[in-house]
Amino acid sequence: MYNSDKVIVGIIIFILFFAMPFWLNFGKAKALPKPELPSDTKECVESREYMRAFHMKMLLDWRDKKVREGQVYYINSQGKFFKMSLQNTCMKCHKSMEKFCDRCHTTISAHPDCWRCHIAPEEVKKWQ
Amino acid sequence: MAISRRDFLKVIGFTGVTSAVATIGGVLIGRGEDILKEIKPASKVRWAMAIDTRQFKTDEDFQKVIEACHKAHNVPNIPDPIRQVKWIWVDTFEKAFPTIEHEYISEEIKKRKFLLLCNHCDNPPCVRVCPVKATFRRPDGVVVQDMHRCIGCKFCMAACPYGSRNYNFYPPREFLSQVNPEYPTRTTGVVEKCILCYERLDEGKQPYCVEASEGKMFFGNLNDPNSPVRKAISENIVIVRKPELTTKPMVFYII
Ligand code: HEC
Ligand code: HEC
Ligand code: HEC
Repeated sequence: MYNSDKVIVGIIIFILFFAMPFWLNFGKAKALPKPELPSDTKECVESREYMRAFHMKMLLDWRDKKVREGQVYYINSQGKFFKMSLQNTCMKCHKSMEKFCDRCHTTISAHPDCWRCHIAPEEVKKWQ
Repeated sequence: MAISRRDFLKVIGFTGVTSAVATIGGVLIGRGEDILKEIKPASKVRWAMAIDTRQFKTDEDFQKVIEACHKAHNVPNIPDPIRQVKWIWVDTFEKAFPTIEHEYISEEIKKRKFLLLCNHCDNPPCVRVCPVKATFRRPDGVVVQDMHRCIGCKFCMAACPYGSRNYNFYPPREFLSQVNPEYPTRTTGVVEKCILCYERLDEGKQPYCVEASEGKMFFGNLNDPNSPVRKAISENIVIVRKPELTTKPMVFYII
C-alpha cells in the first residue's frame, strides 16, 4: 500500500473526530429524563422499579381486563384496590401528560397512541 | 442374534400402527378438551331494556335522554347528516319498524317518535363479521365494541340492520362543545356505537339513558322474573325492530 503511514494516521484521526460526542460525554449520563413525580402521594400502583419497567404491559393488561373481560379493579401486590382506568386512575395522581409520560417517551422516541382518544389532563383545559 | 427380514417388518409395522393410533387419539382427545373448555354455562344475567313509547311525548323528553348519553360518552355533534355520529337517536315509526308498518295501524302510533339505539342483539350480525374481534358479545349479552382493536373496515356497519353504527369520518374532538374528562373520545377511522354503559353495569349502576329518562325506560336482567324489564314486557304489548331477521333484539318498545 502506498503512503500507508499517512493513510492510517488519517483514518485514526477521522475515527477520533467522528466519535467526538462519545468522548465528550464519556462517563456522564446527561439526557436522563426527569418526569415530574406527584407530590401529594408517595406510592404508585406498584413499586417504582416495577412501574418503570412494566407500566406499558400493565396498561395493556388493564385495558383488556376492563374492556374485554368486564373486570373493574386491579389488586396490587400490597392488596390495595385500584380502578383500572388510564384517565381516572393514572392521571388522577400523575396530573400531567407532558410533564410526566412525555418526558420519558420523548427521550426514548416511544410514541404510544393512547392520547389520540384518551383525554390528557392538558387537553381538558381546551374545552373550559 | 440375527433377526429375520419378516420379524423386522413385523416390529416396524407394529410400532408404526401404535404410534399413529396414539397420535391421532391424542389429537382427538386434546381437541375434545378444547371444545369442552369452550362450552360455558349460560350466564345468569341477560341485560335488556324496554322503552315506553307512550310516555315519550315532547322533544324535550327525547333530548334529555340523548344528551345524558352523548355528553357522558363524548359523542361529537357533527352537523353533516350522512356522516354524523350518534349512539342514541330518534326516528319515525316507518323508519324504525319498516316491516311492521301497514296501513291500518292507528294514526296515533304512526305519528309517534321512537328512541333508537343499539339493540344488543342476542344473535348479533356485527359480531360475526368483525375480522379483528373488536366487537364481541359479553356473556351478559352486552355487545361491546373494543375501540382499541377497531381497524375501521366498516363491515359491522354493513351488517347492522338497525343503523346503530357510525364511522368517524371527521376528527371527533373538533365537534365537541364540552368533554367529560372521565371518558375517552374516539379518533378518526374507528366505528363506534352504544355500549349499553357496560362500564356502569359492572359497577352496579344503570345506563345513563335509563337514569335520565325518569321512569320512561326500564332496564334489568331478562332472566330475573322480578326485574323491571320483565315486568314491563309482561304487562304491556311490546314490539322489537325487524324481528324477521332473527337477530333477537334486546330493546323492547312498549306500544
Ligand atoms: C396513587 C397515586 C398514583 C397512581 C394511581 C399512579 N401513580 Fe405512578 N407514581 C406515583 C408516585 C407517588 C410515583 C413515585 C414513586 C416513588 O417515588 O417511589 C410514581 C411513579 C411512577 C413511574 C416511575 C417514574 C420514575 O421516574 O421512576 C411510572 C412509570 C408511573 N408512576 C406510571 C404510572 C401509571 C402508568 C399509572 C396507571 C397505571 C400510575 N403511575 C398510577 C403515584 C401514582
Ligand atoms: C420513567 C420514564 C417513563 C414514564 C414516566 C412513562 N413511561 Fe411509558 N414508556 C417508557 C419506556 C422506557 C417505554 C418502553 C419503550 C419501548 O419498549 O420501546 C414506555 C412505553 C410505553 C407504552 C408502550 C408504547 C408502545 O409503543 O408500545 C405505553 C402505552 C406507555 N409507555 C404509557 C405511558 C403512560 C400513559 C405514562 C404516563 C402515565 C407513561 N408511559 C410514563 C418510559 C416511561
Ligand atoms: C381508538 C381510540 C383509543 C385509543 C387509540 C386508545 N384507547 Fe383506550 N379506550 C378507548 C375507549 C373508547 C375506551 C372506553 C372503553 C370502551 O368503550 O371500549 C378505552 C378504555 C381504556 C381503558 C379502560 C377504561 C378507562 O377508563 O381507561 C384502558 C386502561 C385503556 N383504554 C388504555 C389504553 C392505552 C394504554 C392505550 C394506548 C396504547 C389506549 N387505551 C388507546 C379508546 C381508545
